[in-house]
Amino acid sequence: MTAPLTVEVDLGSGWTPVCRYDDLVPGRGAAALVDGRQVALFRDRAGTVYAVGNLDPFSGAHVISRGLLGTREGVPVVVSPMHKQAFDLRSGHCPDEPEGPDGTPARLPVWPVRLTPAPSAP
Amino acid sequence: MARTPHLLLVGHGMVGQHFLQTLTRRGGAHRITVLAEEPRPAYDRVHLTSLFSGTTERELSLWEEEFGRQHGIDLRLGDPATAIDREARTVTTRSGAVAGYDTLVLATGSRPFVPPVEGRDTPGCFVYRTVEDVMAVRARARHATAGVVVGGGLLGLEAAGALHAMGLATHVVEFAPRLMAAQVDDGGGSALRRRVEQLGVVVHTGVAARGVEAGEDGTVHRVTLTDGTVIDCGLVVFSAGVRPRDDLARACGLPVGERGGVVVDKGCRTADPAVYAIGECALTSDGKVHGLVAPGYSMAEAAAGRITEESGEFTGSYPAASLKLLGVDVAGFGDAHATGDDALEVTYADSRADVYKKLLLTPDGRLLGGVLVGDTSAYDVLRPLAAAGAPLTSPPEALLFPGGDASGAPSGPAGLPDEALICSCHHVTKATICAAVSEQGCTDVRAVKRCTHAGTGCGSCTGLLTKLVESTLSRSGVAVATGLCEHFPQTRPELYEIVRTHGVTTFSRLIDEHGNGGDGCEVCKPTVASILASLNPRLGNSVHILDGEQAALQDTNDHFLANLQRNGSYSVVPRIPAGEITPEGLITIGEIARDFGLYTKITGGQRIDMFGATVDQLPHIWRRLVDAGFESGHAYGKALRTVKSCVGTDWCRFGVQDSVALAIELELRYRGLRSPHKIKAAVSGCARECAEARGKDFGVIATSAGWNLYVGGNGGMTPRHADLLIADADHDTLVRTIDRFLMFYIGTADRLERTAPWIERMEGGLDHLRSVIVDDALGICADLDALMARHVDTYEDEWRATLEDPERLRRFASFVNAPGTPDPTVRFVTERGQIRPAPVLLPVPEPAVAR
Ligand SMILES: Cc1cc2nc3c(=O)[nH]c(=O)nc-3n(C[C@H](O)[C@H](O)[C@H](O)COP(=O)(O)OP(=O)(O)OC[C@H]3O[C@@H](n4cnc5c(N)ncnc54)[C@H](O)[C@@H]3O)c2cc1C
Ligand code: FES
Repeated sequence: MTAPLTVEVDLGSGWTPVCRYDDLVPGRGAAALVDGRQVALFRDRAGTVYAVGNLDPFSGAHVISRGLLGTREGVPVVVSPMHKQAFDLRSGHCPDEPEGPDGTPARLPVWPVRLTPAPSAP
Repeated sequence: MARTPHLLLVGHGMVGQHFLQTLTRRGGAHRITVLAEEPRPAYDRVHLTSLFSGTTERELSLWEEEFGRQHGIDLRLGDPATAIDREARTVTTRSGAVAGYDTLVLATGSRPFVPPVEGRDTPGCFVYRTVEDVMAVRARARHATAGVVVGGGLLGLEAAGALHAMGLATHVVEFAPRLMAAQVDDGGGSALRRRVEQLGVVVHTGVAARGVEAGEDGTVHRVTLTDGTVIDCGLVVFSAGVRPRDDLARACGLPVGERGGVVVDKGCRTADPAVYAIGECALTSDGKVHGLVAPGYSMAEAAAGRITEESGEFTGSYPAASLKLLGVDVAGFGDAHATGDDALEVTYADSRADVYKKLLLTPDGRLLGGVLVGDTSAYDVLRPLAAAGAPLTSPPEALLFPGGDASGAPSGPAGLPDEALICSCHHVTKATICAAVSEQGCTDVRAVKRCTHAGTGCGSCTGLLTKLVESTLSRSGVAVATGLCEHFPQTRPELYEIVRTHGVTTFSRLIDEHGNGGDGCEVCKPTVASILASLNPRLGNSVHILDGEQAALQDTNDHFLANLQRNGSYSVVPRIPAGEITPEGLITIGEIARDFGLYTKITGGQRIDMFGATVDQLPHIWRRLVDAGFESGHAYGKALRTVKSCVGTDWCRFGVQDSVALAIELELRYRGLRSPHKIKAAVSGCARECAEARGKDFGVIATSAGWNLYVGGNGGMTPRHADLLIADADHDTLVRTIDRFLMFYIGTADRLERTAPWIERMEGGLDHLRSVIVDDALGICADLDALMARHVDTYEDEWRATLEDPERLRRFASFVNAPGTPDPTVRFVTERGQIRPAPVLLPVPEPAVAR
């Protein structure tokens, strides 16, 4: 089956197709390389897709995409697989520990995502 | 003796089944026959769409063989009634069978309405009502890239959600000027539309489908709309409303409504006192045909009441619905379209977030109805308030604004009037629920559900029910049982029981029906994954933890079948049962570690850990390990780790038993067994205890007469010696006792609870444990034995099975858009002749990638 929905993200320099919507497992994430930057993509159970930075500010490892997706009081979050801090997928904020180990705000960059029903997959 | 009266039910849908349950519960002395058109017994039509997301037909079923047997119900599937002879009191079926009746109940539901669109019979056109419809849509969708849903109501959007989830470019065509015209107003309709469009679904309102055209193969190829739009597509789903199935009644001269529906009185009786009609086929005394399950259930109860004791009434129902459609929360209740001088409107709209809320109030502050789109958190509290017609206790704005606390006091469940209806499916009021807690001694949600039936219908009231039970409990001074997390009010053992007894095979179903909805979290997802993994053999599910929806629940370690290390690389541990390994095996591991540049270390569990593998390397490493005969060591899982051993009688001058052979046997027996926490074990060949068996969850020490079994030990932060459970046991008794110990632990321990605290927490401690698994005091040993037998029979090596399946292998890519490219930020330096992670300087501002 050729899946027509394509996931596109905009890191500031225009929409870039990244993968097929089908490539994303509901409830899980995947990492992508866009313009040399690592993006963590998530698809929740309802089908909404989010794009945030893949770098975990607490461990310095690029592992956010491998975290578990969930909700906290209705807020969609990803939980870092390293030390289990949760990040709001809509704002990138970390309500658990607002500051990283060096005192700067622990916040993931957040980018807009859209699905295009373009007939051809990248 | 008087003849037992014969009750004949036509139609075995949701309402028909509810009728049977109510009737038999009331103890009506009838011989019961059911004529069913569909090839399967009644099922949960409301959750039909969940078939697309992995729910099985069995899970949807509302029928249990045992129920039928117990009440002697003669259920005839696939043979619909075709005619009623009211004079002779007989019904004829399609196969020509004739059944007599003393009482006849019609529960024939409704049929989908297909508008007169040219080409509507073209193969590839479907309706959306039955399991067969879903299977046909799914089969067709595999070969289609785009689909059109005709009808933008509740069912249409649900169908669109299913097509979208299957990856089809999805179009919704709605004749009315907005989506869900019956439930929401213009403002709500446009918020809903924007949300849906963001998902990539194309919405066409104010137009109708004009024609369906077939392609060369004679099947659906495109759809044209009345505004000239042409949509290329492979399938069409018609979902433009339903019509009551009243033809049987019509043909035998029973009155039907102008727009359909069998006319019934308050007791759901038709013009013929021997004939009743309930559910979607009935036109009730309030002049309406009801298309939801809650009023249908009330009708079933009214009819069953009349039939058994001449009481029971259905006088109408309060219109309310709360749903998640295409991921958007939508709710409507009461009169959402009220206008005129009598109704005051309070609206809140946030068009950035596409949230829209409206309440309609009487001038004296009573709630008439409302619409909520995008955020329905206030629905739980508002619906019963509106249904009870009670005056609001806080200003309406407070209920609508985000952050205005709709669930807290005094407008939370505690602020609801006693007569507020909490569960509309089973007509349970707040007063009934409070009484179940304060008078009937229910101490948790489960007990209240069993006692009142609240929450056992569509499940949408579970959230409110939970809050109400908790607040009532804490007000009466009872300690509130702490649930697993915000998504599940149950503890892990309670969830284990639910999965086991209800045969729930997916997380989705568990959270939707027994939890509080939502996406779950890092606490409940792995916990449920572990429960499913423990019970999969029993449930007849795939035993591979990465199959289906289970993949999304696993922690990163289980997800990649390896252990995450500090720089994002993974470590690999093959199983070396009891620490016994051939020189060839050692050489293979050495060669693999050398070829992939991995760091190696001997572990405390008598095996070898290889560090520094990237996600992409894992399958290549494992291909070589599996080819050399190695299996997964489950170092990544909450599962049996190792059974350590000393060398025993074969070599040791002091050994009294063959500890290595037993340790290998036990390790192979329990390998892959998922549990609340890791399980460690050991076998020592004599009392010198070289294997340190008493520091393990279960430890075996040889005696001259047999084996001593110790349980509940551990090392780590609070080391504890294991206690003697049985002494001088023979081989079979020993193995059987360990089987039961492990299965009892898996079934009743809390999340992340090792065996030591589990036994300590048990009332009666070790003695109680012994009475349960040795003396079978609870009569559960046969069950525990069977569970373990299934585990042993169905074990497969997770890594071998992963390598054999390209779908499972696909996830081992560092980047979804660049498979084969390893993560360039995983870097190493060398120390003492081996690699170690390069130090990371924090913070690392989004690095430019070094290649
Ligand atoms: C996809 C979908 C989603 C829904 N979602 C919701 C929801 O969220 N909330 C809600 O409240 N409601 C919902 N509904 C509606 C709900 O399913 C119905 O209100 C409910 O099923 C009605 O029950 P019933 O027994 O009257 O009819 P049905 O469940 O349709 O059962 C009628 C049965 O009678 C059989 N039958 C008909 N004629 C004959 C005959 N002559 N002889 C023998 N058997 C016959 C039919 O084959 C059928 O099996 C939904 C419906 C669908 C299709
Ligand atoms: S409202 Fe449906 S189960 Fe309670």
